[in-house]
Amino acid sequence: MAIRPVYATAAEAIADIPDGAMIAMGGFSATLGLPQALLRAVAEHSSAKDLTFVGNGIPQGFTGDAENPWYFVDPSRVSKVICSFPAGGSRRGGPNIYETAFTDGTTELELVPQGTLAERLRAGGAGIPAFFTPTGVGTRFAEGKEEREFDGRRYIMERALYPDYALVKALRADKLGNLYYRNTARAFNPPMAAAAKCTIAEVEELVEPGEIAPDLIMTPGIYVHRIVVVKG
Amino acid sequence: MPAPVIAKDRLPRELIAMRVARELQPGDFVNLGIGIPNLVADFTDPAKGVIFHAENGLLGIARAQEVGKIEVPDMMNAGNQPVMPIEGAWLMDSAESFAIVRGGHLDVAVLGGLQVAANGDLANWLRPGRAVGGVGGAADIAAGARQLYIAMEHNAGEGDFKIVNRCTYPLTAVGVVKKVFTDIAVLSIDADGFLLEEVAPGWTAEDVQSQSEARLRVSPDLHEIDLS
Repeated sequence: MAIRPVYATAAEAIADIPDGAMIAMGGFSATLGLPQALLRAVAEHSSAKDLTFVGNGIPQGFTGDAENPWYFVDPSRVSKVICSFPAGGSRRGGPNIYETAFTDGTTELELVPQGTLAERLRAGGAGIPAFFTPTGVGTRFAEGKEEREFDGRRYIMERALYPDYALVKALRADKLGNLYYRNTARAFNPPMAAAAKCTIAEVEELVEPGEIAPDLIMTPGIYVHRIVVVKG
Repeated sequence: MPAPVIAKDRLPRELIAMRVARELQPGDFVNLGIGIPNLVADFTDPAKGVIFHAENGLLGIARAQEVGKIEVPDMMNAGNQPVMPIEGAWLMDSAESFAIVRGGHLDVAVLGGLQVAANGDLANWLRPGRAVGGVGGAADIAAGARQLYIAMEHNAGEGDFKIVNRCTYPLTAVGVVKKVFTDIAVLSIDADGFLLEEVAPGWTAEDVQSQSEARLRVSPDLHEIDLS
């Protein structure tokens, strides 16, 4: 049986991420479905640089500490962010360090409509290298992209994303890596898990195979390569 | 360019939302954007059975949860506000959620607007003077919903026109807006541009025109917005 390795700490689980890696970070926002321990480990226990982050927002999360509520991967280590919400932290009173990095050119921003981002990841995991979407036609999101008409409507071509790593957050994993997410914490986690070459799951509970019923598994263990248990 | 000042009462955000809510049909599946659109749910008659979609992955929002007294964890809308699901709600991942959006399964989406043009173009994600803005799901939702309604103030803070001939801010989607609900008017858009259908109490068609850059045709059935 393909039992998945369980790492003792988030820092060990992300230790081999090399310079230049593309990292997808799951969930929806800094407070919903984000793998906080894994992302914080990349921020504080990794020296990998020239990173590309893919996510709904920027590589920033909550520490849970009232004195110092935010952590983020230093923009000097991040060459590019592919996201739909590049300014989430600053709007909520957090640091606007990424807004500065995008503006002064430290970090390249590829702004992607949220649904296109989700589908680019889904396509990456599903063996679809490109697809046509109506989203963005006639706007700056269409710039430089092939445009075609199908059945009288215009569409633009978008390319799949193939992250090297996906950091995902689930409530529960079994030892085969099958994942169960709670409520709307699911979000970007499943398409990212399927798209990445190495998917690392941060979970609150680890159970025996069979304890998550087959029809309640949302990400099958075939997409999951490492597990780390972090109590919620 | 600022519009001339007209010293008449404009509708508060809640009444704009109430007017939009009356437009929703029984059984509609509806996505609401942040801001005024998000208020529409509070004014929608539950008897209509309208089902609200949150693009982060929830179909069937019942009501807000009180922060500090969370009843259901990890249950949020797309504005990161805790919400309760209805009986029969459905949860999904982001890819499935936007398949619903892009696939044309939503009857209506209500979004905010910075500019709406006579050709139905919408600009609503990047404010002028800002280099970085979040588009979120707005471009997908604007392109994908069967009917796109905009709920917004008729003029910007300094009185600038938002009902325009052509959008000058970065576009969200082209040729998609069907109806605009503002604090002084209800407008529809067809192949000939804006049609003024309703005005706020005390406002005339000429008043509303003066607050709009684009030419407004006036409906033969022009009447006051019903606020009863």
